[in-house]
Amino acid sequence: MKRETTVWLVVMLVGLAMLVAKGVVSGVGREYVQTEQKRFVQVEVPPPIGADADEKPTTQWLPAADAAARSLTPVPGSTELGWTAESPVTPRAYWEGMKADPSRTDLRLSVPRTIGLWVAAFFTLAIFSFLYRDNPFYKIAEACVVGVSAAYWMVVGFWDVIMPNMMAKLSPDSVRWAIPDVTGEPEWAYTVPLVLSIMLLWRLSPKGAWIARWPLAFIIGTTAGLRLVAFLHTDFLAQIRNSILPLAVVDQTAGFQFWPSFNNIVLVGAVLACLVYFFFSFEHKGFVGGVARGGIWVLMITFGAGFGYTVMGRIALLAIRLEFLMDNWLWLIDPTNIHTKIT
Amino acid sequence: MIEKLNNLDRRWIFLLMFLAVAVPIYVIGKTGKTFPETPSALAKATFDAIDDLPDGSRILLAFDFDPASEGELGPMATAFVRQCAEKKHKMYFLALWPVGPQLIQANIEKVILPDFPSYEYGRDYVNLGFKSGNEGVIKVIVTDLAQLYPADIKGTPVEKIPMMDGIRNIQAMDLIVNVSAGYPGTKEWVQYAVTPYPDKIRIVAGCTGVQAPLLYPYIPQQLPGLLGAIKGAAEYEKLVNDRYGGPHPDPKYLEGLRRMGPQLVAHILMILLIIAGNTLFFLQRRRGTSR
Amino acid sequence: MKRLIPLWITAVSGILLIVAYFIPAWESWGEKATIWFDVLAASAFVLGGGNLLKLHLRKVSNRQAGWAYSAVTVAAFVVTLTVGLAKIGVHPSDNNPDFAWSGSYNSSGTAFWWLYEYAFKPLTATMFSLLAFYVASAAFRAFRAKNIEATLLLGTAFIVLLGRTFAGVFLTQWLPESLSGLKLENLTVWIMQVPNTAGTRAIMIGVALGIASTSLKVLLGVDRSYLGSD
Repeated sequence: MKRETTVWLVVMLVGLAMLVAKGVVSGVGREYVQTEQKRFVQVEVPPPIGADADEKPTTQWLPAADAAARSLTPVPGSTELGWTAESPVTPRAYWEGMKADPSRTDLRLSVPRTIGLWVAAFFTLAIFSFLYRDNPFYKIAEACVVGVSAAYWMVVGFWDVIMPNMMAKLSPDSVRWAIPDVTGEPEWAYTVPLVLSIMLLWRLSPKGAWIARWPLAFIIGTTAGLRLVAFLHTDFLAQIRNSILPLAVVDQTAGFQFWPSFNNIVLVGAVLACLVYFFFSFEHKGFVGGVARGGIWVLMITFGAGFGYTVMGRIALLAIRLEFLMDNWLWLIDPTNIHTKIT
Repeated sequence: MIEKLNNLDRRWIFLLMFLAVAVPIYVIGKTGKTFPETPSALAKATFDAIDDLPDGSRILLAFDFDPASEGELGPMATAFVRQCAEKKHKMYFLALWPVGPQLIQANIEKVILPDFPSYEYGRDYVNLGFKSGNEGVIKVIVTDLAQLYPADIKGTPVEKIPMMDGIRNIQAMDLIVNVSAGYPGTKEWVQYAVTPYPDKIRIVAGCTGVQAPLLYPYIPQQLPGLLGAIKGAAEYEKLVNDRYGGPHPDPKYLEGLRRMGPQLVAHILMILLIIAGNTLFFLQRRRGTSR
Repeated sequence: MKRLIPLWITAVSGILLIVAYFIPAWESWGEKATIWFDVLAASAFVLGGGNLLKLHLRKVSNRQAGWAYSAVTVAAFVVTLTVGLAKIGVHPSDNNPDFAWSGSYNSSGTAFWWLYEYAFKPLTATMFSLLAFYVASAAFRAFRAKNIEATLLLGTAFIVLLGRTFAGVFLTQWLPESLSGLKLENLTVWIMQVPNTAGTRAIMIGVALGIASTSLKVLLGVDRSYLGSD
């Protein structure tokens, strides 16, 4: 066995032993849920008080408890529907609940969620392992990211857009199995996006890939049309407007304001200097060269500020993952007081 | 020695960064202590934009981010929901990012369900979910919301949702609150909603550190309030807690403030690394010149 | 035919949106086109997924280097897609308990939610968090104050890094009130509001003009690169 392999084996075994010890002494990541039995009955609901005389009662599915409270009797021959719903509870809520009443059966450990928590910890460590060097654990995690993300977007696109915004518009009746409350008449204008979608997916076919150019052309044209106006309005005209500032700020009561005036002069001057630097139609020599150099300095300060902010962002992203490992998984810390053992 | 340090295995730097973030998390997690924060003018402007509205105003909360940026944006998203709930504003959630609805739901479960149990779905808040099309979505909903959002995330038609009554488009909102991780995000809301309708649509935003410097040219005319990265979140959390948290705010509302601990140590490490790198560079250069 | 019609589609759809911006009577046409665009964007998700599957299946079938990881990608893709589209573990919605498929595909406790919470979320978040390590390494190796420009960049980064934490407050709290503008936290605010705003604004103006000219070239058929080659 190579020396490095031995070192890693020892490190992992020590880590595992510490994990077991932590689990035995003060516990490690577990997820708990509270179960609730949902029951629904089909009832005939009378028209509300004050409704028109010719309004008839409607048949509706209501939670059994609501129906009983309103003294509504189930429709003869109808069956009751129901299932067990789960909602997460904190370990502390579980312990407190069980301490108050040990016979409670609605509070329990959730095996799928607990396994999930450990899978999440494994994935987190697998990605971090890349920092040491590339390895199969990282590669597996990386492959999972790609597969899960692509499919996730597809599913979201299907249920959140294709079904309610295309199929439901084209044929409301045909999607009622998934969107029961869908209303409205078929809108045939939506045939256009349907046809364009099919043409777009033609790109996957080995032959006739050119068919996908039509929807692609539509996407490109629409994007260009949207952006041309928006960028000219917001990022060109409005920015020029935002830069027209008083170079001598005078307050009605306090008189001339030095620092606001100074800031405005620097701001306007710096914008102009940067623009001169971007202007390549004449050589950057003499006075123009000097101004352009000032523009470069302003841009460097801008990039420095951008760098500072970027660093700040990256560290926060790391912090949340380490918080997950220390708080949710290993229970080393408990800043929100949700899994510290109750006495 | 200089040569050795110059060729230092980068994994030592990784280890330093790991410790710079992990140790403060552990210490703050154990002690519960956070650093004091003084809110900036921009954080105050963001807070005031929501707080100065009369109770029960309509707020559109656009959660345009994903778990990858939750470390920066999660705390401010939570604080936004909390402030809106405390002010009894009507909250209309939507997302331009596919995973946005999950983050909306997470915040509803974290803030509204446990701390505002009297709030009713459809009357006080609604989750309209995600629609594809990026800026195309904004472009449509500024004039006709129901065209793209015929139903909420549960499939309930908007005409059956009480708080959607009278909402033809997002011009009916009193304020847009955007939590943004990139494209599409705050820039697109400013471009397609605020700039074309300056008298009708107002926005405040919280964004990632990468985006924040790029949004400053919009301040204050097009974007009156902006929270930049975790520091912005911590300042805003402080303002919300000072107003609504009481003497002992719930620790779940101090996430941003806690995260400023690792931030401080990691920033100092970054500065030390730059200084060390430059010292080595100049020492090496001097040696090179003297030879 | 294969190129001419797409060129016309591009021009008509783009110009329609520009005209709709200025002529209220055309607004509804612009809106309609944008809605089609939004729906088509969802189909692009399907295309993206299909392309990924095609690519990795080819890699697996050709036994190319790293095919086993491609197999993992395909497995992850198929599992996520199946549980999401089949709504595995999803209960009917409370409003329509008699419709088995009426529940939300991503509601808490479902298989799809599980994949989001315990796979998608940790994987993507950790992947991005790695950048913190690389930015530290780059700071040590690449950031050199070689000239005035680089020194300005570094100096600004120092001030911002310190000014955005408690370190800034701590280090310059001794400064008297008359010099409070030099306190690191205030200096950071000034940098962001004045030089940063100016630099970013200039870049913004340049980019806006660039986008306008690129868009015009596309709409007028001068730039046809998006059509590819036959």
